Amino acid sequence: MLDLEFMRLALATGAVVGLLAPAVGFFLVERKASLIGDGLGHVAFAGVAVGYLLGISPVLTALVAAVIGALAIEWLRTRGRTAGDQALALVFYTGIAAGVVLVSKAGALNVNLFQFLFGSILTVTRNDLWTVLVLGIGALATIVVLFRGLVATVLDEEGSRVAGVPVTRLNVVVAVLAALTVAVSMRIVGILLIAALMVLPVIAANRVAWSLRSTFGLSMAFGLGSVLSGLSLAYYADLPPGGTIVLVAAGAFVLCSAGSAVARRV
Amino acid sequence: MHAVTPAVELEDVSFAYRPGVHVLEHVSLTVAPGEFVAIAGPNGGGKTTLLRLVLGLERPTAGAALVFGRPSTAKAGGDTRIGYLPQRAHLIGEAPVTVREVVSTGRLAPTGIWGPLRSRDREVVGRAIETVGLSARADAPLRTLSGGMQQRALIAKALASEPTLLALDEPTTGVDAESQESLGILLEQLREELGVTILYVSHEFGAVEHVVDRIVLVRGAVVYDGPPSGLPGVWHDPSHHHA
Repeated sequence: MLDLEFMRLALATGAVVGLLAPAVGFFLVERKASLIGDGLGHVAFAGVAVGYLLGISPVLTALVAAVIGALAIEWLRTRGRTAGDQALALVFYTGIAAGVVLVSKAGALNVNLFQFLFGSILTVTRNDLWTVLVLGIGALATIVVLFRGLVATVLDEEGSRVAGVPVTRLNVVVAVLAALTVAVSMRIVGILLIAALMVLPVIAANRVAWSLRSTFGLSMAFGLGSVLSGLSLAYYADLPPGGTIVLVAAGAFVLCSAGSAVARRV
Repeated sequence: MHAVTPAVELEDVSFAYRPGVHVLEHVSLTVAPGEFVAIAGPNGGGKTTLLRLVLGLERPTAGAALVFGRPSTAKAGGDTRIGYLPQRAHLIGEAPVTVREVVSTGRLAPTGIWGPLRSRDREVVGRAIETVGLSARADAPLRTLSGGMQQRALIAKALASEPTLLALDEPTTGVDAESQESLGILLEQLREELGVTILYVSHEFGAVEHVVDRIVLVRGAVVYDGPPSGLPGVWHDPSHHHA
């Protein structure tokens, strides 16, 4: 499998995605905003469509669309006029509707589009890998540097405000990181399944971890493990990579839940 | 001789969440540094709003809210550090956060958000945990602790900022009577040893009635402000008796 250039590219890109998605997802899950990734995926779909329509890189347009969507959700949420889930629904459906209309306008309802919706291991290019590496490492470094502030904001938003923590700015950082994750992950996992990779490893880790730090570390380990084993399975069994990766992550959750249930009984 | 700057000063403060519907009207309140004040009153009477005004989470519709001489909505800075204990239910999330991790977040006000904690900050965190008597459980997940212990962990979080003002919002919710008593003793000890000003907001103040300097009853306005001994009999909390 590793003799093949496309598999090496897919695994390397997948490794970054596997670490990044749960690292960002951690802050969404703990904020009870697990579904934001899903909404952003739908907005990214509109971005991909714009890319086709204008004939420029769909990854780039998806990134721009997802960032705008993330900022819109955050803005609607903090203005307080729209409840969190309603803000999400508004952005979510507008995104998918715009995507459908634009894709049809671009005449792009074809196999190419499917790669973005469900992920593909055949199409990762060297350029994709570099983009994912640079954006992924930048995002992970941001999380490491701001970790304490992000954790405090997630645990107690109001208390952090009182302490003078720039809560609004940190929330925007998380929203932009989520958008970035969606954009860099869609090549491998696909727009429709990226949110799962942001959430499932985290809730699996929540079941077995013993501290916040261990939850964070285990989430990334589960994410990495799911992507690498999912991609390998997809290669040998000729399965779609996105679906396989997410099923492996779901399996990890089931195992962790069962494990913690057993541990509690003993 | 200069007059000492009050820790908290509300000057003829009114507040309404919606125009015309006042939660608080013409409230004036001065708390001296080192004072221990209970703010009590019925639910919906505006005591939590009063606390939010002091914390700078709300802006008065009229009047001024000052903390150590600065508008409460100004960013924390200078010598003003507020240790804030929010209602406990807000803090127990999905992840198994440990006592030490929670307390460490209290260190953000003095250190800022960048990078990891330095060894001196970790010492302060350790001392705060020690002060509330939780050293043996420092690395236990918060959710495995009793209500009273969780409350102590959150007080340690507030202490980790080395506060000049400690503000507690309904600290006795979900805490058994025995832990409530020891909470009162702990707060009295903190006030004496650290000289910290304490605002204790609760609909029940029996646990601290014997240690506070003043009780302020809020029901849309300040309806009583004085020592606990001056309260009309019906206001005393019958669930706590002290010799």
